[in-house]
Amino acid sequence: MTSRLASLALFAGLAATSALAAGDVTDFTLENGMEVVVVEDHRAPVVMHMVWYRIGAADEPPGKSGIAHFLEHLMFKGTDERASGEFSQVVEANGGSDNAFTSQDYTAYYQRVAADRLGLMMEMEADRMRDLVLDDVTTERDVILEERATRTDSEPRALFSEAMSAALYRNSPNGIPIIGWKSEMEGLSREDALAFYERFYAPNNAILVVAGDVTPDAVKQLAEEYYGPLEPSAGLAPRMRPQEPPAVAEQRLVMKDERVSQPSMVRSYLAPQRRAGDQADAAALVFLSELLGGSSTTSVLSRALQFDTNTAIYAGASYSATSLDETTFSFVVVPAEGVSLAEAETALDETLAKFMAEGPDQQAFERIKMQIRAREIYALDDVGDIGNRYGEALTSGLTIADVKAWPEALQAVTPEDVMRVAQDVLQAPGSVTGWLEPEDGEGS
Amino acid sequence: MKRLYAALILTIFAAFPARAEIEIQTLTSPGGLKAWLVEEHSIPFVALEVRFRGGTSLDAPDKRGAVNLMTGLLEEGAGELDAQGFATAREALAARIQFDAGGDGLTVSARMLTENRDEVVALMRSALVEPRFDADAIERVRGQVLANLKSRATDPQDIVGETFDALAYGDHPYGSYDGGTPESVAALTRDDLVAAFQGAIARDRVYVSAVGDITAAELGTLMDSLLGDLPETGAEMPVDVAFGASGGITVVPFPSPQSVARFGQPGIGIESPDFFAAYLLNTILGGAGYFNSRLNQEVRETRGLTYGISTYLIDSDHAESIIGAVSTVNPRMAETVEVVRAEWAKIAAEGVTAEELAAAKTYLTGAYPLRFDGNEPIAQILVGMQMDDRTPDYVTTRNAQVEAVTLEQINRVAAELYRPEALRFVIVGAPEGLESSDDAGAGEPVDGPTPG
Repeated sequence: MTSRLASLALFAGLAATSALAAGDVTDFTLENGMEVVVVEDHRAPVVMHMVWYRIGAADEPPGKSGIAHFLEHLMFKGTDERASGEFSQVVEANGGSDNAFTSQDYTAYYQRVAADRLGLMMEMEADRMRDLVLDDVTTERDVILEERATRTDSEPRALFSEAMSAALYRNSPNGIPIIGWKSEMEGLSREDALAFYERFYAPNNAILVVAGDVTPDAVKQLAEEYYGPLEPSAGLAPRMRPQEPPAVAEQRLVMKDERVSQPSMVRSYLAPQRRAGDQADAAALVFLSELLGGSSTTSVLSRALQFDTNTAIYAGASYSATSLDETTFSFVVVPAEGVSLAEAETALDETLAKFMAEGPDQQAFERIKMQIRAREIYALDDVGDIGNRYGEALTSGLTIADVKAWPEALQAVTPEDVMRVAQDVLQAPGSVTGWLEPEDGEGS
Repeated sequence: MKRLYAALILTIFAAFPARAEIEIQTLTSPGGLKAWLVEEHSIPFVALEVRFRGGTSLDAPDKRGAVNLMTGLLEEGAGELDAQGFATAREALAARIQFDAGGDGLTVSARMLTENRDEVVALMRSALVEPRFDADAIERVRGQVLANLKSRATDPQDIVGETFDALAYGDHPYGSYDGGTPESVAALTRDDLVAAFQGAIARDRVYVSAVGDITAAELGTLMDSLLGDLPETGAEMPVDVAFGASGGITVVPFPSPQSVARFGQPGIGIESPDFFAAYLLNTILGGAGYFNSRLNQEVRETRGLTYGISTYLIDSDHAESIIGAVSTVNPRMAETVEVVRAEWAKIAAEGVTAEELAAAKTYLTGAYPLRFDGNEPIAQILVGMQMDDRTPDYVTTRNAQVEAVTLEQINRVAAELYRPEALRFVIVGAPEGLESSDDAGAGEPVDGPTPG
């Protein structure tokens, strides 16, 4: 132990001056078109290995909703080299964990393992990128139907959220749930999955993200060895999906469900997303969302509805900036006991009107700016999450330069920018207002 | 002062001998407070984890929900600052200060930038030493708690948990939801909240860890200013309670396409020499996140009965249990129950194979070091270890204890631990072909919509 203490002391002394800072990002592209992003963090001998495909639920053929997510499940079945379930078995046998997720814009697979197992993970992930073998898929289809039953059909709030999206997006496939409509899920077949797989799972439609205790050189060598030999897919067309036409009418939804005991209301608007080389509006919308409903105590809505008056037990705003197509800006209000949804909605409208007239409080604006700056420091504690930023952005029409420019775009936002995007988004026609309430609720 | 400190640092333990990644220092502050520290100066912030043993289990019998509501009020005004002032100050410093009341402890999790650490600590101190419990704040947070209770009354996941806990632990604090009932929360007075505060937050029950850009000397000073003014002692800890549910099925009718089930039986404590054998057994049977577990293979992969099924070895401060959870559509719950019972009986009768044991060992020993990645997760782990009365060298000996379990030992423990006849299922939903096997739980009122 004595000698270890001595060496540790030396190590600690070096640490202060050597370049141990987490978060250095390097990128390159393999000859077959596969993009690679490496995020370094040498504090622990752990690595996150991720492959992101530029294919999501919004890219599905009509009538096949849920196929992107179904395929994600089926990717854990066998290949020409591995038996069904063996992928996860090998990961676990190496002490790792693995999973996958699907959004409207991407499908991603990841393993978290000891850094010296990276090559093995690449070997397996490359194998299933091109050589998936599917037998009977009906058991796994039961699993995704159970997933829908658990996460959506048993949760009135999730059903309500589906209805809100379907109303807001009248033409964009973003209005179709990622997991799929139940009736269409029931008809998804092995052939549907394979057709989707063969077309879209290819190195030139994928991004490799490796975050953790690795060097770019080592990743490059391994990636060339395992992913390099994969043939790119020919004929991948640009992702042109149906877009939203100009909105002309406001919509109102009322959902009643006997499982709801606490009423709530949601208002959603279409909003611009981060665009390649043009992130200013999205950055301003992040500030708008934070100012109006970010803090559960000091935001404009929390102050007005929870502190200055006893109108709500919760009032918040949300905006998701990263998306291939137009995205959503929303408010949610949960009324206080004895306050009707109509009264809550009026209070929301009045508060928003006052904000539009008066603009943001300068000190609140500065606090948000400080918190966004600090977020960049805290983010370095989780480089897997930094890797996610790149995967998400690169599958949503953005470039590495856009990801690197995003923190500066946020710091450059002015109160005037915020009011400009607030005008554009909150005062355009086409909002959807929804009430979710018990069976005996007030809505008609 | 620094020299004094060096003398007070008792030992340094390395978690990963090959890499010397985690160096845990144990220290005692000048004021006599103990902490565990991992210095990590490459990112200019520190994660601080402070936990007070007891938590919501310290609620007086007729004051259920007091500790929970009190905890929610700690950030709603302290010292010179009202709720708005406190939040404004915290946001201006870009710090996170979270208060959470759990069944065995009240936790304060914080992360703060090096550049304004002293100001953040002063703010935290004020919340822990001089919270205001203003009348308007009490009513506002009480309203949030009551709304949450209302939602829980029609949420099958919450109903199943509360029904199961009531069957298992009866009148013990573990037997009821620690947020309280609408009646108990409505009746709480400011005096009750002050009493809960004085009972829960004291020096004799505090555990501290820090990971990040801070030295031992700085942490000692920080702790004395943060916790030095706390009272020496608080409320008495609750007594231990035996797992009281008997084998059988309790059905709580609820209108939903899916049924949700919780099942369980008596467990085993970490102080037992057989704990790691039991831990491996649980992993093999239904370990959360373990794809190869028997239940995941049988219930999900082979039959497609569910999106997920897991079992957990629960070792709370005052009770031990093995708990499982699963959901499935109403027509398939009976089959699911049958499969779970069969697997329970099988592991008790036949134990596990050498291959299964080896695979689970590789998984658990390989996964363990992966937990230590990031200041915040490490800070949480270190406080958890202190709460479990571990020593810092546990991080280096834990995998060896997993490895040391033999096939003979694990199969002896399987036969002793798993008791299929003692397995109690609580099912909320409209499961076809299943009904309560006895009156257990039938008398428990469940506020919810009329069964459909």
